[in-house]
Amino acid sequence: MTNTTSEPSLTSQPAAAPEPATASAPTRGFTGRARAADRDPRLPPGQYDARDGWPVLSAEVTPRLTAADWTFRVDGLVARPRTWTWDEAHALPASEYRGDIHCVTSWSKFGVRFGGVSLDAFLAEVGPSATATHVVAYSHTGYTANLPLADVTGGRAWIVWEYDGEPLAPEHGGPARLIVPHLYFWKSAKWIAGLRLLDHDEPGFWEQNGYHHRGDPWREERYAGD
Amino acid sequence: MDTPFVPPTAFAVPGRISVSSRSASVWQQALITQIRRETPAASTFRLKVPDWQGHLPGQHLMLRLTAPDGYVAQRHYSLASAPDDSGEIELTLDHAPGGEVSGHLHTVAQVGDLVEVRGPLSGFFAWPGDRPALLLGAGSGVVPLMSMIRHHRRAGLTVPLRLIVSARTRADLIYADEYGDETTAVLTRAEGRLHAGHLAPYLGAGQPEGGWEAYVCGSNGFAEHASRLLVDGGQPVDRIRIERFG
Ligand SMILES: Cc1cc2nc3c(=O)[nH]c(=O)nc-3n(C[C@H](O)[C@H](O)[C@H](O)COP(=O)(O)OP(=O)(O)OC[C@H]3O[C@@H](n4cnc5c(N)ncnc54)[C@H](O)[C@@H]3O)c2cc1C
Repeated sequence: MTNTTSEPSLTSQPAAAPEPATASAPTRGFTGRARAADRDPRLPPGQYDARDGWPVLSAEVTPRLTAADWTFRVDGLVARPRTWTWDEAHALPASEYRGDIHCVTSWSKFGVRFGGVSLDAFLAEVGPSATATHVVAYSHTGYTANLPLADVTGGRAWIVWEYDGEPLAPEHGGPARLIVPHLYFWKSAKWIAGLRLLDHDEPGFWEQNGYHHRGDPWREERYAGD
Repeated sequence: MDTPFVPPTAFAVPGRISVSSRSASVWQQALITQIRRETPAASTFRLKVPDWQGHLPGQHLMLRLTAPDGYVAQRHYSLASAPDDSGEIELTLDHAPGGEVSGHLHTVAQVGDLVEVRGPLSGFFAWPGDRPALLLGAGSGVVPLMSMIRHHRRAGLTVPLRLIVSARTRADLIYADEYGDETTAVLTRAEGRLHAGHLAPYLGAGQPEGGWEAYVCGSNGFAEHASRLLVDGGQPVDRIRIERFG
């Protein structure tokens, strides 16, 4: 996945300093469907409410991955690297996320409910080293996303297998995915296979393809340089 | 520093190009210089973007509209035009019924209006023109694929390129008059949807040397269906790129 070195790098340029934010100029005749006055305060800037919709935005083929084949590994800078099977992961204390999710393609979805296990429960079993600062989350497809360790600890990230009380659909990352709801949803790797703890930041798939390294929706960290 | 971590998993699809973070982060004023109807539901918008840094076929941009009170709406749109030095680019938009952004562009926007764009974005779906490419698109999903075909023609490339495009009827087929021998159109109302038989001539023994890089673009339903057909036909998963319009 991260093997971009063998690829032609036709527009490769060094990263430039961030530009100052450009203010929007009004568009002739555009009023907007949602008025600013009654804009839902749960909506980060530049987002719209997808309501009942749940767009699917993955770059790869949805894998044929069953619960029996699914495993989840945590390794790298940890005391006791470990791989969990489906049943072993389900034996950990159940935890739920209820709240909102935000995709960089501009939709947000309010009041979703995911069931699974807090990432803290997995990390407690492997014992992160004091030197670990970042993680690479990777999926059974080879997709990767980088995250500061602080963004996936302290009750801020989950491995989930249920959506709204039902098994998570394959196209939404089933049988199990990561969710890190306070960041844009590309960080919430579908078909999660593992986390590697590192002492440095290592850009993942979309980050190498021009997206922001952190991805905070409230700061509109969409693209590199934002 | 350390060698990058490569996960011990299959199907890895590498990015194609690295993207300039400068052009991706700056909003620019874009002047609408032409609006052309393609089908009853789709139109092409030609935009003059003074500081456009160029793009590769397959890339997209983000377009932003702003209301007088500061409310903004932004959506992603694929580049329809081939890279050239005209300083203008083209987008082709479906008119989503009730759609906030596509609705404005289809019913209110006129030549001479300004909108804002940032991009090009994302190198993942880009096709630099270097490898044989098998393109599968449906509806407005053909837009980034048409950019590839236009690029192939303009640049006089000889690398194999094939397009299978799906639309309900011929009247719904975007760019219908522009397709050549490289294209097979599947008109679903008359023939039913894309099936393995449409792909069979190109997979297996029909592949070019080294195989295809496959590009799939359209709604999620189409993307799921078409990518399954490719996998079932033997196309390696790590040589399939998918752009889903939502
Ligand atoms: C990478 C990428 C590239 C893309 N490229 C293209 C392209 O080349 N061409 C193209 O046409 N599209 C493209 N799209 C899709 C595009 O970004 C938009 O999703 C599309 O134009 C619809 O936006 P909209 O603002 O018009 O509709 P939205 O307002 O977002 O609405 C979408 C649909 O939901 C319904 N809806 C939304 N809100 C409500 C509500 N409150 N009440 C009732 N109904 C509602 C609308 O009726 C409409 O049918 C692309 C998407 C991506 C992610």
